[in-house]
Amino acid sequence: MNHLVSKKNRTLLRELVRTDFKLRYQGSILGYTWSLLRPLLMFVILYIVFVKFLKIGKGVEHYPVYLLLGIVLWGFFTEMTSQSLGSIVGRGDLIRKIKIPRWIIVISSSVSALINLFLNLIIIVIFIILNKVDLHPSALLLPLSLIELYLFSLGVSFFLAAAYVKFRDISYIWEVVLQAGFYATPILYPLTLVPNITFQKILLLNPIAQAVQGARFNVVTTQTVTSSTLSDNTVYILIPVIITLVTLLIGGLYFKKESKYFAENI
Amino acid sequence: MSELTPAISVKNLNKTFKLPHEKTTSLKGSLINTIRRKKGYEEQVALDDIAFEVKKGEFFGIVGRNGSGKSTLLKLISKIYTPDSGDIRVNGRLTPFIELGVGFNPELSGRDNVFLNGALLGFSRSEMSQMYDEIVSFAELERFMDQKLKNYSSGMQVRLAFSIAIRANSDILVLDEVLAVGDANFQQKCFEYFEKVKKENKTIILVTHDMGMVKRFCDRALLIDRSKVKEIGTPDKISRQYELDNLKAASDDEKISNTTLNNAVELLRVIPRSKLQLPKSDNFTFDIEYKLKKSFSVEIGLALITEGVSVMEHNSRDIQTPSEAGTVHKLTYKIPLHNFTPGAYKISVAIFEKKSLDLFGYNSGVSSFIITGKHEGGLVTTRGSWVK
Repeated sequence: MNHLVSKKNRTLLRELVRTDFKLRYQGSILGYTWSLLRPLLMFVILYIVFVKFLKIGKGVEHYPVYLLLGIVLWGFFTEMTSQSLGSIVGRGDLIRKIKIPRWIIVISSSVSALINLFLNLIIIVIFIILNKVDLHPSALLLPLSLIELYLFSLGVSFFLAAAYVKFRDISYIWEVVLQAGFYATPILYPLTLVPNITFQKILLLNPIAQAVQGARFNVVTTQTVTSSTLSDNTVYILIPVIITLVTLLIGGLYFKKESKYFAENI
Repeated sequence: MSELTPAISVKNLNKTFKLPHEKTTSLKGSLINTIRRKKGYEEQVALDDIAFEVKKGEFFGIVGRNGSGKSTLLKLISKIYTPDSGDIRVNGRLTPFIELGVGFNPELSGRDNVFLNGALLGFSRSEMSQMYDEIVSFAELERFMDQKLKNYSSGMQVRLAFSIAIRANSDILVLDEVLAVGDANFQQKCFEYFEKVKKENKTIILVTHDMGMVKRFCDRALLIDRSKVKEIGTPDKISRQYELDNLKAASDDEKISNTTLNNAVELLRVIPRSKLQLPKSDNFTFDIEYKLKKSFSVEIGLALITEGVSVMEHNSRDIQTPSEAGTVHKLTYKIPLHNFTPGAYKISVAIFEKKSLDLFGYNSGVSSFIITGKHEGGLVTTRGSWVK
């Protein structure tokens, strides 16, 4: 990891990300516009379904923005992990023929996902303005949630990318896990819909849940239930952070160990 | 780093591959194998206790037959594979070329591919921008750079890839037989490039089975055979050993396969009586054995072939050639070698109907031998003299 800053690796990372982006909107007439248009259209649909018809979030202030922020952050986790999962196998031709740091490939997937996240956040800003959300200085804490989310996603990504080289079942398993995770994380529903406080506490042990709720609390509405509104216990609040760091460590070490044999196992 | 430090030093290098029986890239497969205590793979030794050193500025060849382990060795040196045990020390920046145009993407434009490939080779964007025009003009592709790579012919792609590759400014270059592709004109460019880097005193490792290249460029070479270092030495020595090994292997496993017989001939083969490697002061003697299904007047023809050229031909017109059906006949032939230049020679024999000269069967290039000695170039030993 210590070479991340070397000029050579930065150039390589930039080229890989650039390639990724160029290929993504290959042959479409609107091209890059899609990276903004796609989330925008998605949001409009979600808005109509959840705000006009389902009305789940009636009690939540600025529910549309609240919902969209959750969807965007969850979407980032899904996109980053799914893309990283196949990234090593997908770049098999490079890995078998050239010596580049293997982790750059996973990082480049993550950067692509990050770029999309920021584009989505731009759209969110539009919705924030439309919904007349009062932005507090606490909104400046948003990066903390994003960092937690990114590090957790990165740990998972490293693990998945390395495991997928050996076990191709992982992609199917991961699809199921993501589905389950979507409902186990308070994305669509406000956490207050969960009747039992203990359940709420358990759900918030999930680093993604902590990041999402934290972001909502700081940016959208202080009505959001977060780890710290549920408990004063610092240890409880820190558990998701610890899970994040442990995941990153295990994922990183597993990737490092396996990466020696990528070239022959792919 | 002193001049005496070897550019590459390899010690006790071992590599074994686990080859899955049926590709167990599924959890279920690997679980079942664990439960049954069955290894889901077979072990195959790819490299066995390899050791050698490459000096700074040396042009070093690695040769070996297919499957001998030379590509594995190349990938280990390039740090693409990880050794099981042993030590590989590389002093300096090393760039491997296992293949030209690694990472080329058919959906991107030529220009984008240049920058991508350059980044993979370790160039920064500004370095690439500086070299870009040179790369394009060397590849003679000025008009095509904004087209997608998929619309390039394969020749154009190779030219572009090569044009980038030769900018690599490493101390050590590792070249696989990447350069065997392309037309004569392209190969000429490659050879010029080889000459150039050789002059620049870069360390080069060339993996090949073209003995011509080994003799032409290498200072030393390593012969790898069945996962082991068989010999390290001068290009002449190595290429002779390699050719000899090849001859032996060829005569082991395809005695019959290069033989074509029609229904009147049952057997036609060459059996050497001399050693397969001998100096030009010797004679090479061999037997021709044949067996006919029906009797007809027979003529045997033979030819000696080197570097694809038939350099000596002879027939059995002057002798009584036995032609009864049903028994194996044997003719013995002796060639004095003093007029031949050192190198590898193949023997072809053919069987004809004597009057019509219709071909009834032939056995070409299956048996061969090597004339040892210093190769002075050319196919004949006759030399002219300078007229004063």
